[in-house]
Amino acid sequence: MFDRSAGRKLLEVKGLKMYFPIRTGLLRRQTGNVKAVDDVSFDIYEGETLGLVGESGCGKSTCGRAVLRLYEPTEGSILLDGEEIAHAPFDKLRRLRPKMQMVFQDPQASLNPRMTVAAIIGEPLSEHSDMDAGARLDRIYELMDAVGLNRDFANRYPHEFSGGQRQRIGIARALALNPKFIVCDEPIAALDVSIQAQVVNLLEELQDRLGLTYLFISHDLSMVRHIADRVAVMYLGKVVELAPRDGLYDDPLHPYTKALLSAVPEPDPVLHDTAERTILQGDVPSPANPPKGCNFCTRCPSVMEICRQIDPEFREVRPGRFVACHHYNEDTNQTADNAA
Amino acid sequence: MPDGATPFVLDVKDLKTVFRTRRGEVHAVNDVSFTLKPGELLGVVGESGSGKSVTMMSLIRLLPMPPAEIRGGQVMFEGEDLANASEETMRAIRGARIGMIFQDPMTSLNPVFTVGYQVMEPLRKHMGLSKHQASDRAVELLELVGIPDARRRLGDYPHQFSGGMRQRVMIAIALACDPKVLIADEPTTALDVTIQAQILELIKELRQKLGMAIVWITHDLGVIAGIADRVMVMYGGQVVEQAPVRELFANPQHPYTRMLLETVPHVRGERAAKLQVIEGQPPILGKAPDSCSFRARCPQAFDRCAAENPARFELGADHDTACFWDFKTGAPRDV
Repeated sequence: MFDRSAGRKLLEVKGLKMYFPIRTGLLRRQTGNVKAVDDVSFDIYEGETLGLVGESGCGKSTCGRAVLRLYEPTEGSILLDGEEIAHAPFDKLRRLRPKMQMVFQDPQASLNPRMTVAAIIGEPLSEHSDMDAGARLDRIYELMDAVGLNRDFANRYPHEFSGGQRQRIGIARALALNPKFIVCDEPIAALDVSIQAQVVNLLEELQDRLGLTYLFISHDLSMVRHIADRVAVMYLGKVVELAPRDGLYDDPLHPYTKALLSAVPEPDPVLHDTAERTILQGDVPSPANPPKGCNFCTRCPSVMEICRQIDPEFREVRPGRFVACHHYNEDTNQTADNAA
Repeated sequence: MPDGATPFVLDVKDLKTVFRTRRGEVHAVNDVSFTLKPGELLGVVGESGSGKSVTMMSLIRLLPMPPAEIRGGQVMFEGEDLANASEETMRAIRGARIGMIFQDPMTSLNPVFTVGYQVMEPLRKHMGLSKHQASDRAVELLELVGIPDARRRLGDYPHQFSGGMRQRVMIAIALACDPKVLIADEPTTALDVTIQAQILELIKELRQKLGMAIVWITHDLGVIAGIADRVMVMYGGQVVEQAPVRELFANPQHPYTRMLLETVPHVRGERAAKLQVIEGQPPILGKAPDSCSFRARCPQAFDRCAAENPARFELGADHDTACFWDFKTGAPRDV
């Protein structure tokens, strides 16, 4: 497993907020905010894979996009390799772009159907480098080899490829400029199980070979367990737990993480009959109108009075293990007792 | 199998479906046979394009024809052969004695009608209930699937429900006429895990209460492990293995099933250092298969696999597999 103590922080996200305005009425006045990402902080170490998991609508994709500044974050700071991205002016940002890339969920929608594979993979090269045509073609072939695409297919169009191969094209494009950091936004969600394994193995192999750092966004907890070194769990715009992989899966602390893990159906009929399962009631509240106190208090099986009043602080409760829950907050527990 | 009175609610034999496209024929379902006992939950697994949905849609004839064409086979349901039944008969059966639930509850509910109207529709069409009776029954059904404040919500439109609630509405509609068989095509794939867990729990509960037989199509082996009594694995439009759920997971006998089980990472237990991969792609069959369609991806393949298409071999204990390789002896089967 990845050794965190030896590493250097490549990405530092502090207090990131991404609010989208809600406009209503004839004058389109702003009447509220959808708090898609609400005060999120995490670090990613060089060469590490941080898994970002959560249910749909929890803000994980928005977080991934905001980190690359594909959105204008409302607040917070994002340091990539020591340089501020969150508020960087456009020309500086453009200079930083080659360092950070993205692999998108739907390879069908994220590849231009009118461009050949060579043109798609070569586009970042012509945008950001001054390679001549020959050098560019060499680089395109090199990238196609790296992701396991046949060079002979360079002049074909995306629709001629299968889902797994299209995702390889997307990965080759992301690799073109030798990035350090790649946000993988649900890169396998649209693929079949047998093809998912191929793509995940490719991502891992490339990481080993090129020393890449990933933010791996997914709702598939078992796949994240496979690929990630550390895992952050999001719920309704906030990170509720952040922990090394084995710790998180063997001994989840936050009640939401526990429920989420127990909801994953295991491919083992014997386990199904014996395992204790927590089934959460109800749905995720709207991020436009989150509950008072802890965001999870409406569905939490072990909710306390204080949870409905005060939003728990996200803090380190054991070395390397961060959680936002009053159950692990002795001070507030005492205050709660006193108050009662 | 006992002769005479059939112990099955559904008995499908040698079903064949072909799509005629401009670029030639695609053989999507190739001689599929299976049975369904009353009250049983049959899981159907396979990759996309393995023919699992097309098989089920063929047997209730819910495919656009043309391009689809059912080229042969028999589908016995309550003493009638659905493969040769009139369109009128089919319309009376679909949504009444055979219920259906589809993957995406948003696209399968009509956005311009209220949820109440859509739950009441089958009740009035198939069961001839009056408006008043139907609305009472609709409230009962919505309560049955766990929608709070059901009477008030009859007047709501689908967009006013969350994804999980919409799928509950779909289930209520499917159950409206008390079907003998329920066909559920990836009913939880579009849902989040915590919502999926709620729906799976609901289905288990409803099975006990209502006792209908269910065909559950999915690509998620985890879901199958938790809910199915028996599992049928499909590949290239054929059934490649069929067994009771515990037997299949403990003792898979087709190389495809084995690899499928190995590629799935787990949330609990041992963590594999590297994921198993099934190289290659599932086939698109331009003609009826005359060899094993899995052989290009199969580590066990040998010359016989290219020469003929394996039939399903009985292995005992209600377990069969369409493969020439015998994992028990580690050698080709001598049949």
